[in-house]
Amino acid sequence: MTTMNNASTASSLSLKTVVWIALLLMAACVLPFFVSNYSVFQFSMVLSYAIALVGLNILTGYSGQISLGHGAFLAIGAYTTAILMDRYDMPYWVTLPISGALCLVVGFLFGLPALRLEGHYLALATFALAVALPQLLKFKHLEEWTGGVQGIVIMKPDPWITSFAGLSINSDRWLYFFSLLVALIMFLLAWNMLRGRIGRALMAIRDQPIAAASMGINTPFYKSLAFGVSALYTGVAGSLSAILVAFVAPDSFTVFLSITLLVGMVIGGVATLPGALFGAAFVQFIPNVADQISKAAPWAIYGVLLIGFMYVMPSGIYGAVRLAWAKLRGSP
Amino acid sequence: MSTLLELTDLSAGYGASDVIHGLNMKIEEGSITTLLGSNGAGKTSTLRAICKMIRTRGQMVFEGKRLDGLSTEEIVRLGVAHVPDGRGTFTSMSAEENLRLGSYTRKDKRAVAEDQERMFHYFPRLKERRQQQAGTLSGGEQQMLAIARALMLRPRLLLLDEPSFGLAPLIVKEIFGIMRTINETEKVTILLVEQNAAMALDLAHQAYLIETGRLAMSGPAEQLKQDEAVRRAYLGY
Amino acid sequence: METFLHQLVAGIATGGVYASLALALVMIYQSTHHINFAQGELAMFATYMAWSMVNAGVPYWIAFFSTILLAFVLGVLLQKIIIQPVQNAPVLSVVVVFIGLLVIFNSLAGWIFSYTIKSFPSPFPKEAPFGIKFMSAHELGSIGVTLVLLLFLFGFFRYTPLGLAMRAAAQNPVSSRLVGIRVGWMLALGWGLAAAIGSTAGMMIAPVVFLEPNMMSGILLYAFAAALVGGIDSPGGAVFGGFLVGILENLLGAYLIGTELKLSVALLLIVAVLTIRPAGLFGKVIVTRV
Repeated sequence: MTTMNNASTASSLSLKTVVWIALLLMAACVLPFFVSNYSVFQFSMVLSYAIALVGLNILTGYSGQISLGHGAFLAIGAYTTAILMDRYDMPYWVTLPISGALCLVVGFLFGLPALRLEGHYLALATFALAVALPQLLKFKHLEEWTGGVQGIVIMKPDPWITSFAGLSINSDRWLYFFSLLVALIMFLLAWNMLRGRIGRALMAIRDQPIAAASMGINTPFYKSLAFGVSALYTGVAGSLSAILVAFVAPDSFTVFLSITLLVGMVIGGVATLPGALFGAAFVQFIPNVADQISKAAPWAIYGVLLIGFMYVMPSGIYGAVRLAWAKLRGSP
Repeated sequence: MSTLLELTDLSAGYGASDVIHGLNMKIEEGSITTLLGSNGAGKTSTLRAICKMIRTRGQMVFEGKRLDGLSTEEIVRLGVAHVPDGRGTFTSMSAEENLRLGSYTRKDKRAVAEDQERMFHYFPRLKERRQQQAGTLSGGEQQMLAIARALMLRPRLLLLDEPSFGLAPLIVKEIFGIMRTINETEKVTILLVEQNAAMALDLAHQAYLIETGRLAMSGPAEQLKQDEAVRRAYLGY
Repeated sequence: METFLHQLVAGIATGGVYASLALALVMIYQSTHHINFAQGELAMFATYMAWSMVNAGVPYWIAFFSTILLAFVLGVLLQKIIIQPVQNAPVLSVVVVFIGLLVIFNSLAGWIFSYTIKSFPSPFPKEAPFGIKFMSAHELGSIGVTLVLLLFLFGFFRYTPLGLAMRAAAQNPVSSRLVGIRVGWMLALGWGLAAAIGSTAGMMIAPVVFLEPNMMSGILLYAFAAALVGGIDSPGGAVFGGFLVGILENLLGAYLIGTELKLSVALLLIVAVLTIRPAGLFGKVIVTRV
């Protein structure tokens, strides 16, 4: 049983990687004009999930703190955006940095008591949060803000430009490009942070906490920082998804949402950035396919894969692809 | 006298490296054999190897059966009792529960009850403290409890890892005396790992000397006691 | 006064269910230091098995005991096949496997039995004996079943050789091997017992909360809170914690908070215990040496 600590972030991009990314970006830009509106929406959701998975990865993959309750940050981001848009008529794109900042603070504060909890206990506490979340969101006294059981409906934003080079840009396509831009920014920021001092400190703390502390790394600060940044990312993803779906309600944020994030991280690859994209695509599209067999089928598949991946591919699809690629190129 | 346990070219270790290399030992039935050596020489590892608590290479044959492919529990059930270093007491259970655990694999209830009485006869101090939580017993009492626990198995072979460690000389003398009695009256074969070479060589019939994982010397205990090099290095004169 | 008595007794009854589930959690934690996130779903699935038997015409008590037996076997198999290989894997891997089990059993129940809410029978008569008004027969019976279960477990672990061996294997696996105990099987038996205990908890609570695949998630939360309050490595503590949480939940729910925030109270309890006194009331305080 190999550990998942083998993954790390490339410290600089090789020419090949840059080419790959450029090609991918070009494909992404062209994509929405060839598929249905619903598919465009789904791809936007993939981008939103990917940002959330980067967030979860920062906390669990890189910093080694297990969270089974990240749905809570999705909820905070989503509800922040919904309330700001619905009650205060704020433009959608302004709500993103606000919810990000809010989640950064909340996450950091969360991180403080979490410092005292290791492994299983932190998993337990976050699991409890995830289970209690819907009930919290339905709480009568907060109904004025949260809309109670019915939630809040938001107006779908209009595109700023309705056509570009002869191609029509509707709401869905506009929001897709918006999501793409946000995702690009978030991924770049994450990559920059993780390949530098902060990333190294986090991984040191994850792998050898006592040695890290005795080398002078301010462990409590970095761990809480990881929580904060992770929450920020997930909050932004939540905001984005609220805008895309145009609706927030308590029952969207059950414990199964948090588990979905876990599935995405495991399948994509723990402690990898590209893995977040794989994982996001997986959790967005598999239910579509599996739903046709039975309502329960996607989850049965998730469960089997969660266990299977721990046995066979602990470093996720991205890790397996990297390994296979390395073998093909003939590394000894 | 037949050979009870034979080790042939035994190597063993932790992780990737070996700590004992190519040991050859023969333990005769009914004898007391001692394995001497300084700290880190590999004595404890030898006992752990015999019980398959660590990975091994080479052959180990006990009463005609190969031990190599067996698990620790299975080896114990063949009649090998091991009193580990640190005693391995079940600290939150009573002394009596520790003894009951020693006889866990036995089916002959009446004989077990007799054996327990006999243990109390050898170690009267344990009888006084039978209901006491084992973790609160003194070092010497815990050592006696550990030996008694091992003997409750009615073992053919008793492995003892540094029974004198951390104990006052008087208690050590008492324990060694009991070991001689057990060997003579109950015919239990004993393999004794010890740093206290003087006492061990007084008790044992056969002796082996291990240095950095390899056998440096072997022979009757008397012989090693007279040996110049052994005397200087391990007996202090 | 009567409502208070009723709430108290109802609290003891549900407390018994929490105590049983908490005990199952502690049993697994003691021997493996793993938290079994799937305990609730296993109990739920076992209850569905009982439901199918009863639905097919099997008399209640036969279904009851068959379910306990089936749950036991299922627990042993799960430990041997799925859990044992990841026994020493990193924490994240272990947690992921447990969540995987949770998800599989939850979705299996939904798949096989559908998500429509079903009613689960209570073996106890409608009216409590002696004309008692402040508690129902089911509450009385549920408390009775819990007590019998706890007594059985106490006797088993205290007085039988197998119980002694299981306790030894949980406390000190190395020394246990040295007295010939097959530690691997002791762990499997522990899982089997935990699953069996969980199944009785499920069957006792199902008549009250109705049977559906998500019925145990809130209850599991209370069981976690109970186990932590009592001390996650103390069986006695878990039982005490269970009854305490049950009574608190009912009294707070009736007189202070109302039923809406009950899960959040459990969450608060969990976080509070973990941050202030992780060892709980009766657990061992562990000091790690660097």
